[in-house]
Formats: sequence, structure tokens, C-alpha cells
Amino acid sequence: MTENKKQMPQELKEKLRAGFNLEWRKDLRKSFPVKERMKLSRKEMPARNPEERNKEFTEVNLGLDMKKAQEEARRCMDCANPQCVMGCPVGIDIPAFIKFIEIGDFVKSIRVLKETNGLPAICGRVCPQETQCEDVCTMKKGTGISVAIGHLERFIADYEREQGEMFIPELPPPTGKKVAILGAGPAGLTVAGDLARKGHEVTIFEALHVAGGVLVYGIPEFRLPKKILRAEVEYLEKLGVEIKTNFVVGMTATMEDLKKEGYDAFFVGTGAGLPNFMRIPGENLIGVYSANEYLTRVNLMKAYAFPEYDTPVFQSKNAIVLGGGNVAMDSVRTAMRLGAETSTIVYRRSRVEMPARVEEVHHAEEEGIKFHFLTTPTRFIGDDKGCLKAMECLKMELGEPDSSGRRRPIPIDGSEFIMDCDMAVVAIGNSPNPLIPRTTPELKVGKWGNVEVDWETMATSMEGVFAGGDIIRGGATVILAMGDARIAAKEIDKYLATKKNQKKKK
Amino acid sequence: MPKILQRKRLVPNVHLLEIEAPQIAKKCKPGQFVIIMPDEFGERIPLTIGDWDEDKGSVTVVFIVVGTSTHKLSLLEEGDDVPIFVGPLGKVSKIEKFGTVICTGGCFGISAIYPIARAMKKAGNKVITLLDVKANYLLYWEEKLRAVSDEFLISARDNFYNCKDFVPEVLGNIIKKEKIDRVVSIGCTYLMYVSSQATRPKGIKTMVSLNPIMVDGTGMCGACRVTVDGKTKFACVDGPDFDGHLVDWEELFTRRKSYFDDEIQSLSDWERKTYP
Repeated sequence: MTENKKQMPQELKEKLRAGFNLEWRKDLRKSFPVKERMKLSRKEMPARNPEERNKEFTEVNLGLDMKKAQEEARRCMDCANPQCVMGCPVGIDIPAFIKFIEIGDFVKSIRVLKETNGLPAICGRVCPQETQCEDVCTMKKGTGISVAIGHLERFIADYEREQGEMFIPELPPPTGKKVAILGAGPAGLTVAGDLARKGHEVTIFEALHVAGGVLVYGIPEFRLPKKILRAEVEYLEKLGVEIKTNFVVGMTATMEDLKKEGYDAFFVGTGAGLPNFMRIPGENLIGVYSANEYLTRVNLMKAYAFPEYDTPVFQSKNAIVLGGGNVAMDSVRTAMRLGAETSTIVYRRSRVEMPARVEEVHHAEEEGIKFHFLTTPTRFIGDDKGCLKAMECLKMELGEPDSSGRRRPIPIDGSEFIMDCDMAVVAIGNSPNPLIPRTTPELKVGKWGNVEVDWETMATSMEGVFAGGDIIRGGATVILAMGDARIAAKEIDKYLATKKNQKKKK
Repeated sequence: MPKILQRKRLVPNVHLLEIEAPQIAKKCKPGQFVIIMPDEFGERIPLTIGDWDEDKGSVTVVFIVVGTSTHKLSLLEEGDDVPIFVGPLGKVSKIEKFGTVICTGGCFGISAIYPIARAMKKAGNKVITLLDVKANYLLYWEEKLRAVSDEFLISARDNFYNCKDFVPEVLGNIIKKEKIDRVVSIGCTYLMYVSSQATRPKGIKTMVSLNPIMVDGTGMCGACRVTVDGKTKFACVDGPDFDGHLVDWEELFTRRKSYFDDEIQSLSDWERKTYP
């Protein structure tokens, strides 16, 4: 599961250069010199009071207002070599959309964003900007503090939605080609948007009863309100995308069946829907959850509103979440909101190795989440009713870096200790969902069950079948899935064009 | 949205739904299940498929009313839409010519065993069907099951049948007299457990269709994990059929009770709201 380091494509380079040389951009740069821009301080994201927000599910971040967004946009120096664009997995023309915010042309700004990103309101909220676009921002090199690109992306997407008028691009005449997309998660939604805009007839098949994938079952309301997702899905439907929920490709119909129904190309975006467990004793005690189950009960099945909704979830007093990623942060903050007296992260490495977004860790701390670093569980301990009551742990120390570049945790002999807990959520990652590979034997899969692709084109071993997101990566991020999706959409479009020619020749 | 073509009470507390679902009807195989939700507030309930009709484009499920969501299901009428009906899910039961096969079922499992008995018969097996009904007024689908069985037996604690035996005693009697090559057992966890215990001494392969708590039913959440042969398996994608002699029954019994108090709260809350 390796990926090629990408060079900036010539086409993109030229596009950025052309934007940079536009008269209005030149004038804007002159009007406010770089030195002055560097003096401005970053506008921090306003958030709700931690004491209030840790008891309910309303969104934590409030978003920048127009004035603050325009001030923040001023900090972008519109540099000649915008590395941020390369830092973005989907290659958004970041300087252009920010400069449009600076001059107050929000309509043009959103158009720039949507050229390359179909889900900006979502990415503005869940992308790990600090390790991507903002990490390579020239302002960060100069002052140590990057432009708040993520906050601005969120601002402009929210602005458009709140105006009530979603910009619907003009669609080309129908090509008559049908594309089937498996999974309505971030990858599938992105491919669908891109291909619908090319005039193809797109159907998304989704196993669950709501579209969104991890955006609906995984990421909680307090981080990504469902109404935002709904707006994005409605936008796709306006582009003509059909979404068939309650349809498990592989079971309800196989890809072969769909091919016979006339689908010309496929995109497999079925995600990492198979939770990993620790494989330690006691893991099946009552009170031990996978993060997927815990979050699905709360987010998708709305167990936070039990008994108004029928699906229950365990009400924990002392909750422990195992892991250090975003899913772990979502779980531990959810447990707190559901009334836990203590809600604790147990992570086997130290703070700096945690893969979660910096903002999530910061928010978690503000909300009273405890962190237990360099600790790993060795077994779960139950009471006579089969319910979890404690966890035996081992202390760790950090050794040499491993293949991920992070220092490897090594257990300290004899350091066992007991932590009391009545709920443990295992958030140590997921493997690719097995249903498609199992029911599509021709599809080549790797040793982790991940669908194998050509990383240049996202093409799988089957003709006309492309894949992207966690089904090929085995558990990554929303934006990486969207990056794969953009490549796949482009290649599917090319593939469909060649197919048309072949038919004509016959 | 899938429409209810038929809804009837088969016996007290056990209901049948025939649902218009042509796509699913085309794909159904013995031993598979569907996930159904009575309304947008409901739970995702896994139900083993009882029958299907490809020509009519319908799928039939039989369920026992236990909690809130099954109560709601039992109140749906013909012509109503079912908002969520997805499947078929799970691996297909292993069907081949084994020789003599005993198919045991109880409660909702009487319907769930039917497609397996039918397929076993078609594959050339001698099929002995053994239904457990406690009392005579709890028996349904007798004609359907007789039609696919070489022998048809009932275990009951009922004067009507003049019988005091539970499944394991009847099973035990059969395997004493006759060479049995395979047993399939579907019903409540206890029925499947005692069936497996009855055949264990002779080592007769006994397949059970496990019914742990599920949420998504597609492998995504891991709620339905069961221990089989010392390994954790997901009933939804690795099962639901497992070798009854290898299942950790105690764990399954325990895990099925995970939400016992919540289920009671949910039901009493719903009853108060529905029947004030």
C-alpha cells in the first residue's frame, strides 16, 4: 500500500501561474505588501464553551464570520510558488479561492473551490490541514504560523449553503454512459460528482440506509453536523446522481449482474468497514466495543436519543478508548457527552505520535478528556455477569522508529497495572470490508484484503473497475479518499471515451 | 420502498411478513438473512429468510415479537412500506448430498429451517424434520415442511401430541437408532445449544444459525462477534452458520443479554406512548 510522491503536473503549474499573473491579483498584492501581511495574526476558530459543549452533540466550532474570514484571507501573501496546492490531496487552487475571499467575491471563491472539491464544507471541517496544505504554507515558513486555509474553506462553503443557493454547474449533454459507484462515502460521493458533471449517468449503491459512509456513521454531529452532509448529497442529486441505499453490491447484486444491467464502468469505494480488535483475552465481554459499533450506534442509529430511537448504547461511568487517531478522539468525546464521569484515551505511544488532528486533541483536552500515554492493554477483566469491570495494562517505552517513521513502543517487563473501567472502545483501525473482494473473485486483492490498484490511475485488475479510499488504503482519511476519487473519476471518464470509440469501430 | 404484500399472525406472538423485494428475491439462498427496520426510529433487525418467490418478486420473513422494533413490525399492515429492507446477507448454508440430515427448528426457526430442508431434500438427502413447538397451537408451516421431508417429527410438552420431550431427547432417540450424517438447527440460542449438545457425543456435524446482536449486518461494526473454535468471528459476514460443537455458547448467551435493561425500558416507554 505505497503511494508515489507526486510532482506538480505541468498543467497545474501553468494554471497557477496564470492565476498569479492576473491583473487584479497583482494589484491586490501591491495594495498590501508581504511585510504587512506577515504582521497579521492568525484568526483562531471560535468554539463553544467546553463546559457546555461536552454535554451535548451540537457542533463545537462556530466558524469564522465574514469580517474575520476576510482578515484571515489577507494573511495569504499569494506567493509565486504556492506549495499549499501540492499539499492538498485534491489540488485545490488555494491562492485563488482565498484571494476571492479577500476581495469579497464569495461567489467566485466557491466556484474555484468546487472546481476541484465537491465536498468543501466537509473538508473544511475534517481535513488534517496542519499536515497537508497548512504544513507547507509559505506564511508558516516565514512566521511559523500558516494561513488558516481550513477555516477559510469552511467559511466559504458555509457561506454558500447559508445563502440558500447552491451553485449548480451547467451540465454537458448526456454521454449515454452508465457508471456504478459502490459505497456513498467520501470517495464515492466525489467520483459521483465529478462524473455527473461530465454528463455520465451515475448511480451510487449504498449498503446502509443513509448516504455518507464514515461521514454519517463515524464522524459525530459535534464535528460534522449531518445537515451539512445532507446538503452535499442533495447537491449531487441535483447533478442527476441517483443514490440507491439499502443495496449491498456483492449480495443484493454482484458487479457482474450490474454489468449485465448496462453499467459501463465501476468505482469501488466500499471503505475500511471491518474493525480491527486487539486480540487479547476478554475482548468479547459486555462493554467492549469496536469504535465502529460505538459510533454507529450513536451517530447512525441515534442512540444518544434513546429511547426515542430504539437502538441503545452503553451508558458508561468510566470510559476508556484505545487508540490515538481521529476515531479514538470522536469516541472518547462521545462517551463524555453521553454522561461518562471519566473518559480516557489509552494510547501505546506518546502524545507526539498520535495521528489525530491537532484540533481534535486540543478540543478533547478542553472538554476534560484524560490521556494515558505509553500504555497498552493486555487483557480485559469481567465480573460474574460477563460485564467489563477493569483492564490490565502494561507500560511502554519508545524505541527506534518503525516503517511509519514513528518510534516503536516497547513493553516494559513487570509494569502491569489495573485500570478500572466499565466500557472500552477499541479504536485501533480498520481493515478493508471483505464483501466486494469475496463476491468478485476476479478482483485482485493484497494481503490485508485491500483492493490492489495502479496508483497512477486507480485502475484495478478488472477492466473498467476502479477503486479508491480505504478499500485500497485500509484506513486513512476523508481527503485521501477524495484524492483517489478525483484521479479515478478522471480515468473513468477517459476509459468511457475509449469505450465509445470501440463501439463505433464495431 | 419495499411494500408489504402480506402480513399475518401465524401463531401467538409470531408474525409473517411477505415483502415486495424483487432484487433480493433473485439472490436469496438458504441460510441467508435480511436486515429490516420498521421505521426510521427503529433498530436494524436481522431476520433469517423464511421463503422467497422469484417470479412474484417477494421475500418472506417470520419473526417473534420481543422488543420495541419487532412490536412495531408486527403492527405494519398490507400495503405499508418498509423503509429499510436489505439483503440477502450472510454466507449461504452448505448444501450437498450428506445422506441423512435432521433439520430442527423452533419458534421463528421453523420458517428459517424451511429453505434449508427444501434444499437438502433437493440435493438428494433423506430429510428428517424435527420441529419443537412446546404446544400444538404454536405450530405453523406444517404442510410446507412435510412436503420437503421424508420424516416429520414434533417435540412438544403438550397433551395434544402426548409428548413431553424437548429437542435433545428426540434427537438422541433418532441418532441411537439411525445413522445421521448432519444436523441443522435453527431457533432460539437455547434450542441450538441443546441440539449441539445432543449430537456432540457421536460427533455428528451440527450446524447452527447464530443470532447475536447485530447493527449493520455487513461486517462494519463487529457487534455480532462470536467465538468459534477459539477465534472471534463476525456472524454477519463469517456466518451466520457455524459448527455448533465449536461455538462458545456461554459467551453468546451473555452477549445476547447486553442490552436487557435497555430493551425493557425502550419497550415500556414505547407502550406508554402508543397505548396511553
